[in-house]
Amino acid sequence: MSRQAATTEAARIRRLRKAFGTHLVFDGLDLDVARGERVAILGASGCGKSTLLRCIAGLERPDDGTIVTAGEIGIIFQEPRLFPWLNVKRNVAFAARTDAERARVDNVLAMVGMLHAADRLPKALSGGMAQRVALARSLVRDPALLLLDEPFAALDALRRIELRVAVREILEFTRAGAILVTHDVDDALALADRVIVLAGSPAEIVFSGTVGETATRTAILAALGVNEHGLHGRRATAS
Amino acid sequence: MGRFVLPLGLFVLWWASTASGAVKSYQLAGPRDVLRELGDLAQSGALWHDLGASIERVACGFAIAFALALVLGSVVGGSRRAERALDPTLQAVRAVPSLAWVPLILLWLGIGETAKITLVAIGAFFPIYVALVAGIRGVDRKLVEVGTSFGLSRVALVSRVLVPATLPQLLVGARIGLTQAWLFVVAAELLAATSGLGFLLTDGQQTARTDEILVAILLFAACGKLSESGMRVLERRLVGWTDTVPA
Repeated sequence: MSRQAATTEAARIRRLRKAFGTHLVFDGLDLDVARGERVAILGASGCGKSTLLRCIAGLERPDDGTIVTAGEIGIIFQEPRLFPWLNVKRNVAFAARTDAERARVDNVLAMVGMLHAADRLPKALSGGMAQRVALARSLVRDPALLLLDEPFAALDALRRIELRVAVREILEFTRAGAILVTHDVDDALALADRVIVLAGSPAEIVFSGTVGETATRTAILAALGVNEHGLHGRRATAS
Repeated sequence: MGRFVLPLGLFVLWWASTASGAVKSYQLAGPRDVLRELGDLAQSGALWHDLGASIERVACGFAIAFALALVLGSVVGGSRRAERALDPTLQAVRAVPSLAWVPLILLWLGIGETAKITLVAIGAFFPIYVALVAGIRGVDRKLVEVGTSFGLSRVALVSRVLVPATLPQLLVGARIGLTQAWLFVVAAELLAATSGLGFLLTDGQQTARTDEILVAILLFAACGKLSESGMRVLERRLVGWTDTVPA
């Protein structure tokens, strides 16, 4: 893959150590994300996948280790987190610092299909629309790496599929790398080049595979400790 | 239309009971007497003099209260250490019925304008202060985090996230504070004044002029209502973005 030919990584994490009180979340975690690479991180709730993302975004301070990122980082949370006092356009422009970035506002709004709602206030948006605006806001600085923290979790099934397609198209178009934290195997398979499973306490990478090769649905579920056929097996014995 | 029924009914009752002589004018002046008194006061200039004096006291007291509340509220809301140091004392002071300060204020400041404005300021301060602290405390941490994730400086974080996020609460506090200011200006002017709407009240009482008293009461009602409506317009203008049921 041409993306892997890139010489420097979009993110390089070495010996990451992070504790909350006495709870050690990471103790020496290493992870590389190549430029343009899309990595999905799966794992049980509370295993530390969001903490990892927040450390990369600079929202949590690691206790030890290094995190090096190249270029701008954009982040999208589970909730849109739009500023309720700014209309859609101004919300997106919030992240812009230069004239060039301000000039991108309309472009990224069009990219996520929300240019028609540029003058609306967040209270007049549906959940899916608001998340699209949040996506646009994260793109204004033309990030080399997008951090997505369960961005579809609050959406219904249909909006979820729509937004997943939109994110996929945008990642293809912008060639930005991405780290997607999710608990949904389908999200991971649809969006990522590589799937990582975090487990244990402190959390470690217990599975890493390329989509289309070793990262199959069954392999990922097995790494997550889920037996796909568990229910059927039990039903078979019962009948 | 429903909201006009009760006031209209009361007005008719007022008019009928005074016009028929069932209620004597030294007990309650009729609408026509009140209107005539209002006209007389307006013509002599006393009305504008007294109205102006009250408005000035409310405006000065409110402005001082607002400025103080803005400073103290920001400090207490912005720092846990300042909250521990200041808030218990301020809450204790708040627990004192504000009119209980009157004797001290009169002793310290005399019966001049300073005393009246101080009393108005005391009345208006606490609603604004309490609302601002609650507003700062209630700012959505997640929105602050968005600002942090974009690398905003501390100053930018305050001006672009914290201030707008706190504004709705602050305006509600200011509206209640302004209502309080009108309440306290009555008290201040009842005590010792030679001008103001409260002076009209005492003057009317001492001369047994119920028409004068009623003029003062009506003017107080009008001023209170007008300033409240003005604050609501301001709220709609500035914080119409809030996604809540209008209060």
